[in-house]
Amino acid sequence: MIRKSFVLIAALAAALSLFAGTASWAGQSLMMATTTSTDNTGLLDYLIPYFEKETGIELKWTATGTGKALKLGERCDVDVLLVHAPGAEKAYIKKGFGKDRKEIMYNDFVIIGPDSDPAGIKGKSISDALLAVKSKQAIFVSRGDDSGTNKKEKLLWKDAGISLPDKEKWYVQTGQGMLASINVCEERKGYTMTDRGTYIKYQSQKGGNAPLKVLVEGDQILLNQYSVLTLDPKNCPNAKYDLAMKYLNWMAGENAQNLVRDFRLLGKKLFIPNAK
Amino acid sequence: MDFLLSGFIKAIELLISGDSYTWSAVAATLKVSSISMLLSLGAGLPCGFILGYFNFRGKRALRTVLDTLLALPTVFIGLLVYAFISSKGPMGSFNLLFTLTGIAVGQTILAFPIVAAITASIIENIDPGLKLTLISLGAGKRNTILTCLWEVRYGILAAAVTAYGRVLTEVGISMMVGGNIKWHTRTMTTAIALETGKGMFSNGIALGLILILIAFTVNLSLSFLRKK
Repeated sequence: MIRKSFVLIAALAAALSLFAGTASWAGQSLMMATTTSTDNTGLLDYLIPYFEKETGIELKWTATGTGKALKLGERCDVDVLLVHAPGAEKAYIKKGFGKDRKEIMYNDFVIIGPDSDPAGIKGKSISDALLAVKSKQAIFVSRGDDSGTNKKEKLLWKDAGISLPDKEKWYVQTGQGMLASINVCEERKGYTMTDRGTYIKYQSQKGGNAPLKVLVEGDQILLNQYSVLTLDPKNCPNAKYDLAMKYLNWMAGENAQNLVRDFRLLGKKLFIPNAK
Repeated sequence: MDFLLSGFIKAIELLISGDSYTWSAVAATLKVSSISMLLSLGAGLPCGFILGYFNFRGKRALRTVLDTLLALPTVFIGLLVYAFISSKGPMGSFNLLFTLTGIAVGQTILAFPIVAAITASIIENIDPGLKLTLISLGAGKRNTILTCLWEVRYGILAAAVTAYGRVLTEVGISMMVGGNIKWHTRTMTTAIALETGKGMFSNGIALGLILILIAFTVNLSLSFLRKK
């Protein structure tokens, strides 16, 4: 009786796993690793159905920080990347992991903080603002996850001539996504750097009456460029390079660029297309 | 606090309206937890039984290892499984990464020690008089084992329920191995993590309540099993 029931269990398990396996196998599909900002803002949910309809290619994506996304590509676990860390991306291609890189769109980073602005950074240059935060020991929330945003933020500290305040009490490293970090920032009444798209999303969640306001913006260094990267077939012979190129070209094409331009929250543009 | 109430209302809305996003996550969760429970019970029960019933050299060491495995963090299991099934890993050709089957493999590793360890403890604690009585009544080896198993059926059920609770609620494995892909590998727990990350707290609460409802339904049907 026991033996019979084990056979039954094994058969059931096999049948179930077969079922689960086939469900994810139909048709042409492309696997992408991307950053939390493109996913959390809803851009991909809005854009990708058009891609699937026009090309017949199913696109699945996993949203992580840029650091992990690049790693997934390096290990050939995905076919294509949509990321935002130009420096790291170029090094990635040099190392033989990436092949083509196409700039698709940008938005910019901003420093946000409470209306009361305890460190008085409003309207300052980015370097002066960070110096003020440091000297006032005001709470500064960092992603701390080696994402594209985090890479940029670390660059800003370096640019201001401040060594990364890694162990300082006022420097809060969340290790979480951008919106989660903004929420931490709101709770702690601190400052943080975010991409504008995610900030607008946060504003819309707060019904347009967000406690955190944009305090520093407009510096050239705050530009946030998103690019599609294909993987080098030499490193990843099994990655679907042809489909990845189709996706890259589609994203850079007129249709997708217009769609990106039309994507709005609270009447505000989140991304500005700039494929050349 | 306000998002607790709105989360509760939203949970009811989602259930009544048959929201396809929620149902896809519910289906993924049920599918993956069923597979991993079948696999971990299939492997864990016999292992636990052998460990509890028979005496052999190295048994205590084996028990210690098994008890230690109870402390495996889910993110660590996720990384471990990822290392094997990643396209550059030794099992890359199976294409298990970003699939429910892949998650199930990880969850089986999570649940196996729970099932095996609890089963072993229960079998060990069978009244020694029972075995003697059975043998003196002329029961063969096979009948003795079967009767012992029957005696501890509720204990084994408890092992299964405990393991199920762990499998149903883990996030680390599903996130790392499944990749939280919408319509495919997004389970209830990764959906909750995502909604929370997006700051949509009431959505997170709603999904959490639905998950608890699933657990409640499963346990309720098991408790009927117990009555019979």
